[in-house]
Amino acid sequence: MLFVFLQIGLYLGVLLLLVKPLGLYMARIYGGEHTFMTPVMEPIERLVYRASGIKQSDEMDWKIYAVAVLLFNMAGLLLLFIIQRIQGFLPLNPQALPAVAPDLAFNTAISFATNTNWQSYNGETTMSYLTQMMGMTVQNFLSAATGMAVLIALIRGFTRHTINTIGNFWVDMTRSVLYVLLPLSLVLSIVLVSQGVVQTFDGAQTVSLLQKTQDINGQTISEQAVAVGPAASQIAIKQLGTNGGGFFNVNSAHPLENPTPFSNFLEMLAILLIPAALCYTFGRMVGDTRQGWAILAAMTLIFVAVLIVSVWAEQRGNPVLASLYIDQSPGNLQPGGNMEGKELRLGIADSALWATATTAASNGSVNAMLDSFTPLGGLTAMWLMQLGEVVYGGVGSGLYGMLAFVIIAVFVAGLMIGRTPEYLGKKIEAFEMKMASIMVLVPVLVVLLGTAIAVIIPEGKQAVFYNPGPHGFSEILYAFSSAGNNNGSAFAGLATNTLFYNIMLGFVMLIGRYWVIIPALAIAGSLARKKIIPVSSGTLPTHTMLFITWLITVIIIVGALSFFPALSLGPLVEHLMAK
Amino acid sequence: MSIRRGLYRKAILDALVKLNPLWMARNPVMFVVEVSSVIASALWVQALLGYGEAKAGFIGAIAFWLWLTVLFANFSEALAEGRGKAQAAALRRARQETRAKKLSQARYDARYEVIPSNDLRQGDIFLVETGDTIPVDGEVIEGIASVDESAVTGESAPVIRESGGDRSAVTGGTRVLSDWLIVRVTANPGDGFLDHMISLVEGAKRQKTPNEIALNILLAAFTIIFLVVCTALLPYSIYSVETNGQGIPITVTVLVALLVCLIPTTIGGLLPAIGIAGVDRLIRRNIIALSGRAVEASGDVDVLLLDKTGTITLGNRQAVEFIPVGNVTDRELAEIAQLASLADETPEGRSIVLLAKEKYGLRGGTEDGQLSNMNYVPFSAQTRMSGVDMEGLSIRKGAADAITTYIEWLGKSVPPELRTVVDGIAQRGGTPLVVSRNGEALGVVYLKDVVKGGILERFMQMRKMGIKTVMITGDNPLTAAAIAAEAGVDDFLAQATPEAKLKLIREFQAGGRLVAMTGDGTNDAPALAQADVAVAMHTGTQPAREAANMIDLDSNPTKLIEIVEIGKQLLMTRGSLTTFSIANDVSKYFAIIPAAFAGTYPTLQALNFMQLATPESAIMSAVIFNAIIIILLIPVALRGVPYQPVGAAKLLRNNLLTYGLGGLIVPFIGIKLIDMILTTVKLV
Repeated sequence: MLFVFLQIGLYLGVLLLLVKPLGLYMARIYGGEHTFMTPVMEPIERLVYRASGIKQSDEMDWKIYAVAVLLFNMAGLLLLFIIQRIQGFLPLNPQALPAVAPDLAFNTAISFATNTNWQSYNGETTMSYLTQMMGMTVQNFLSAATGMAVLIALIRGFTRHTINTIGNFWVDMTRSVLYVLLPLSLVLSIVLVSQGVVQTFDGAQTVSLLQKTQDINGQTISEQAVAVGPAASQIAIKQLGTNGGGFFNVNSAHPLENPTPFSNFLEMLAILLIPAALCYTFGRMVGDTRQGWAILAAMTLIFVAVLIVSVWAEQRGNPVLASLYIDQSPGNLQPGGNMEGKELRLGIADSALWATATTAASNGSVNAMLDSFTPLGGLTAMWLMQLGEVVYGGVGSGLYGMLAFVIIAVFVAGLMIGRTPEYLGKKIEAFEMKMASIMVLVPVLVVLLGTAIAVIIPEGKQAVFYNPGPHGFSEILYAFSSAGNNNGSAFAGLATNTLFYNIMLGFVMLIGRYWVIIPALAIAGSLARKKIIPVSSGTLPTHTMLFITWLITVIIIVGALSFFPALSLGPLVEHLMAK
Repeated sequence: MSIRRGLYRKAILDALVKLNPLWMARNPVMFVVEVSSVIASALWVQALLGYGEAKAGFIGAIAFWLWLTVLFANFSEALAEGRGKAQAAALRRARQETRAKKLSQARYDARYEVIPSNDLRQGDIFLVETGDTIPVDGEVIEGIASVDESAVTGESAPVIRESGGDRSAVTGGTRVLSDWLIVRVTANPGDGFLDHMISLVEGAKRQKTPNEIALNILLAAFTIIFLVVCTALLPYSIYSVETNGQGIPITVTVLVALLVCLIPTTIGGLLPAIGIAGVDRLIRRNIIALSGRAVEASGDVDVLLLDKTGTITLGNRQAVEFIPVGNVTDRELAEIAQLASLADETPEGRSIVLLAKEKYGLRGGTEDGQLSNMNYVPFSAQTRMSGVDMEGLSIRKGAADAITTYIEWLGKSVPPELRTVVDGIAQRGGTPLVVSRNGEALGVVYLKDVVKGGILERFMQMRKMGIKTVMITGDNPLTAAAIAAEAGVDDFLAQATPEAKLKLIREFQAGGRLVAMTGDGTNDAPALAQADVAVAMHTGTQPAREAANMIDLDSNPTKLIEIVEIGKQLLMTRGSLTTFSIANDVSKYFAIIPAAFAGTYPTLQALNFMQLATPESAIMSAVIFNAIIIILLIPVALRGVPYQPVGAAKLLRNNLLTYGLGGLIVPFIGIKLIDMILTTVKLV
């Protein structure tokens, strides 16, 4: 058990140590300040602007900014759809994979453009290398950069006053890719290659089996085709950009996607790195780093609490196996606990930590099968997504989602001290409340209603093959929680590559992404127009432990009240029944 | 007592009238409750006909309590309205005590009748004589009189008012010192304001204030979430029954009950009452608000502009010391100064006489008691001196430069020592009054502004509330600084002109601050119009009152502080009850969810840790608690959550503990109690 805590402690320690340097770096990048990367990237940046006719000084108001975001994302979505549909005619396709089915291509295109990376497909048997590299990986960068740009625009709403504009989307976008995502991905992918992650254009490699086996027709099988490909370059950004769409079907449980404990540590670190560091960027940009630390503290406290429950639930073991007198206690020969669906080389702590991190951030990559987690372990992963992906959350999207909760928390707290609520000197009025409410409301609604439709119509119910009842309900609820909050992780066990789920989840992802982005930009525009109120002793301090506690309470109460009935019919009742 | 009973009876009737769906639609939360009540009632009728989804008695009881929930909310609003109106009516009666002599003709010797000043209408003509208070604003059409306008202007010297020219306007609340005036009323008195105010407490005409709108959005968002939670629960339940093979899907009755328990009915129901009660609390303090927005804004005020005279100081300078120069003794100076002031009716003059009496026992004259042949020289604008001439004595007192000029004009000189004394007093914020006898400067009377008792503590309180206080005065910066320091204000504006005031307010507002001020003079009107919260004194001039958004009937400028507190209370009550309302939901889930799925998943009983007796009693208890808590919280809504100036963080902590934690725990106890009662009397 001590070892479990050491691993978690090391992970959080390294993560928090990196927050300030990376956060500071990003603040300087977005502020247009000189950094050590400027000499390298500035010529490229200028070239990009010149080639695409962008004037850096052109500022946008929130509506134009939103239109730019939507058009740019839609173009990416279309491109990815087309690449999938014509991959059979394109190069870099050693396995000669045919065109992706239209409904699956539709789902996948939305999934990657919205930073969800829900995968109804099987990577190594569906997508050509070109589709993975030119389609998926490009969207991994662009969808992440979109989230960061929207966040920076929202931050400008707080820092600017009595002005209509909130920045230039093209510039914010380009800088996110060039200065933040590309360098980090480059470094990470090279380190991952050193650990054994593959990066090649060769087709599947044939290897001889150590132990021959027979197929269902009684034929002897002595060879296995091992899928390879340009994986490392995609995995780095998959983790850093909170995308999560694996190169291989089993994602980071695959030994060629995540070979060693070190690669596992780095990939886990990469999940939370940018979302956590952006909190510092926020604090720095609004001129009060305490505000950033306070938000980071709120996120971390929720994260740690949920992580403890998850580790505890998994380490405790599976009650069904316990009733069969199977020894699940940790000892020298086994890690103990519920090892079903977990990689032996990774064990309980790393699996639970990954599962918690990947659902806390809207990453969605996995290194263990969540469907086999204990009901409570599955509940923690599901619930972190249902909180709205604000505990770290996606790059950019996590913090702008969190700021919606901050606005609501500040509003109620502000009333409680008898003042028109204000945050960072900006008055929170009816318009901000309307938009913040939409940001919190929409993901909740699409998850609840999507699940309701799926459990009632035959196309939805039929996808639950093996575990009808509470567990099947959990699988469906998980799928919609993942899509509606743009996480992309799957509980698995649910056959979602069907027309119904591809279309349904596709729309859920679209609504869950853009109906949060648009109101976030609207808040930015409205705040930028306001005056900044000076701080007095009557101002509610928003960096204290009291406020952090209150913010956590608001997030948990909203999440708990919205999903308590659904959770009690899924994982909760499953847990009680297994007892 | 009977008035109170009448109030309640009226409120109950109004609560029924307000069931009109058109009216209810104004309040989305309670509208949902009403629709739910209708659905439950329809289900009850269906059950009576034998097709019910559950026992008719159970559905009927749920429907009954849902209707009560709506009625309780309506009752709270009606009660607040009733109290506000009763208060306004009482105020109207009280205001009629000021009398006016209404003339039948514009002649001094015409007949007049004494009527309440509120009955005066524009164009009426009235008479004021020595000692009368001018009842309302008007224009002099005949006569000339000296008028004490210090109540309005703070200027203690009487002014002359006469017909024609710029000196023809008289102000309500000022007093005639001598002679008489015939005045024509230029505007209707306060009645208009009262009518206006009544519209703020009367539901139908009430406009929602900005914070109320924002809060309503949040409450609507919660309502939508819970609406979807409950709607989605039906398919979830059907799926669960299907796959688990036991129990029946959740009934619509239970869904409707769950919905009403979850949506924030406590705050939604009490919200209108809270707003009305805020206005009502102002009326109790004799303040008439002219807009609900202003009441709300007053809680946000972070700069208070306060007139020095009347607010911070007692209004009149008082003599506190006699400082002789040369070889004059202080007693001699006191005697001469006293002589010069005997006939001086200004407060300063009286205070000199008083000080001489207190300190030296001088009483009404010289020590030998001679008081004959005194020839009083009144203050004039040219000489800026007053005094007395008698038997070879020519005594003058006045401002240092005026007396100096006078002495030099007589061909004599002023001792250099005098300058030092005068400057010393000025530096301490006092007013030096130089006394001369036969062209010889005897010394200086130290006149001082007396700061009101307890004002220092109030300003300290304001600082804790995060409010900056700024003193506005016509004095020179030196005097202003001294008084500012003594009173403990944060800042001051000296030699304030109306333009300077307006500029100051605009500067504060440009810096994002909300400014409150009090004013009474016509020249305050532009600044009042600019300020976010502007309180006009009832004694103030008509333009001032029109520019303001609140009127203080007591004309007590320190009331601004209470207005701020009432504004804060208003917001705090809303915030606290919102927190309470949402926190309540946790316990209701634990009551209803295990009960609703008792048939499908009996294991969920593990969540029923309140040990509620049966599924029916659990659901009933939650619904009943939800209705009763509205009634129980009406006193909090009407009284408001008390405000303590302890700083934002501590205030938040206190309220979170009371209403957040309380809201979490109280319903567990309440629901359990109701369940025990229901089980004992075997209602379920």
